[in-house]
Amino acid sequence: MTLYTYTLQPFVDYGFMRRALAACAALALGGAPLGVFLVLRRMALIGDAMSHAILPGVSLAFLFFGLSLTAMTLGGLAAGLLVAFAAGVVTRLTPLKEDASFTGAYLISLALGVLIISMRGNSIDLMHVLFGNVLAVGNESLLLVTTIATVSLLTLAAIYRSLIVEWFDPGFMRAAGGNGAAMHQLFLGLVALNLVSAFQALGTLMALGVMVLPAIAARFWSRTVDGTIAFAIGFGMCASFIGLLLSYHYGAPSGPAIVLTAGIFYVFSVIFGRYGSITARFFRQRHYAG
Amino acid sequence: MTVILDNVTISYNRHPAVHHVSGRFESGSLTAITGPNGAGKSTLLKGIAGILSPDEGHIRIEGAKRLAYLPQAAELQRDFPMSVLHMIATGYWHKSGALGAITPAMKEQASQALADVGLSGFEKRDISSLSAGQFQRALFARLLLQDALLMLLDEPFAAIDADATEYLLAIIERWHQEKRTVICVLHDLDQIRKHFPECLLLARECIGWGSSNKILSPEYLMNTHLFRQGWNAGTELCERAG
Repeated sequence: MTLYTYTLQPFVDYGFMRRALAACAALALGGAPLGVFLVLRRMALIGDAMSHAILPGVSLAFLFFGLSLTAMTLGGLAAGLLVAFAAGVVTRLTPLKEDASFTGAYLISLALGVLIISMRGNSIDLMHVLFGNVLAVGNESLLLVTTIATVSLLTLAAIYRSLIVEWFDPGFMRAAGGNGAAMHQLFLGLVALNLVSAFQALGTLMALGVMVLPAIAARFWSRTVDGTIAFAIGFGMCASFIGLLLSYHYGAPSGPAIVLTAGIFYVFSVIFGRYGSITARFFRQRHYAG
Repeated sequence: MTVILDNVTISYNRHPAVHHVSGRFESGSLTAITGPNGAGKSTLLKGIAGILSPDEGHIRIEGAKRLAYLPQAAELQRDFPMSVLHMIATGYWHKSGALGAITPAMKEQASQALADVGLSGFEKRDISSLSAGQFQRALFARLLLQDALLMLLDEPFAAIDADATEYLLAIIERWHQEKRTVICVLHDLDQIRKHFPECLLLARECIGWGSSNKILSPEYLMNTHLFRQGWNAGTELCERAG
């Protein structure tokens, strides 16, 4: 088996592999920058809460419209935005911190979702929603995923500076007359959008994988926000490519293969990364003269 | 810019931190706010900056609304991965907004501001690598770029060494000469007497407001001792009108 037949031929021969790769590349492009911001803001687990929160929307849509991609996407998006908004309101208006308000909202949402599915569907449907199947991505969903990635990248570019200023120094933002709270809500909306986009490929449980794992790995390779984002996108894309190949050659389910590959990147970065890794800690380089 | 306080009460959890304070910071005045810990100094400053809103009364700002607010350093995310130049360039918000470019001329001016606060050559350093005092100086450089007409400074000299305090005070005096309105929370009474013509002595309520030499005299300072640090759980509702 040559390198070509191992690495490229699957994508040349099969349309479903090409679509899967394109979908994953779009997910990495749209999601990884958001992941970097989540990690910077210490909100990585809030991303997890959001990914669980979209489940009832998806299952409600499934209940009424069957396995319709459009309905499930819109349902998931509505649930994600609703939870993000409700948690945001509670955080701004009460002393409850963001992690607590999100946990409250997503647990309600998750319980509702499981209740709805168990009343109507069977376990195969539940598996599909929970774990997704990137190899079943059709042209319609590919278009959706790429559109979401485009919209989310453009929006993020527009609110980039506002977000950084709001998070670094919210008082400054208020005094300067900017609306930091609205920017933050918009950002959470983008996170919901991307999680919905990722759920059909990776499932609700692992949708966060391509968003956050590359981002936390990238933290060990760059000390600026834009540098971290560049690394995160690169890691996300490489993990998708390798994960899909592993899935193809060894018959592994594609979602876990991709997320596990991203996990390997992360573990490697923790140990060998350039900044703050374990190696950097134990093998100190000589200090400078001044 | 003139700041007018009209019977202002700002409270946390219904317990007032600033209680029925009235008065005005004249346009171009240089005022220090002082008083014991928990006297509501930072709260009042946040009220003027628009970060907190009064429970009662009004805070009116007359003139072009261009204000800059320097928070206590502990309220900022100092481990954010950002260079010193990028951090102080956020001071251009009034010119660049959320999308506008930072021009080479702006960058040059930013470098000059860094030099003014004694941080020449720090442009590319991570803000996380700065000491507490250096970070505070960088925040001052950002204030220079903000070019605001009303400056609100919350304990600007905390953690700053004696040399740097001298030239930051010189910057404040320059603002005063440029007719900007400056309001500054401070604890060092000698510093206030020497550099700040006006003083507001606060102990939740206004104890005295006027020329520093008059306000920082024993008769006024004695009154701050009547101020109780805590609040009582079973306290009654305040019935006082404005």
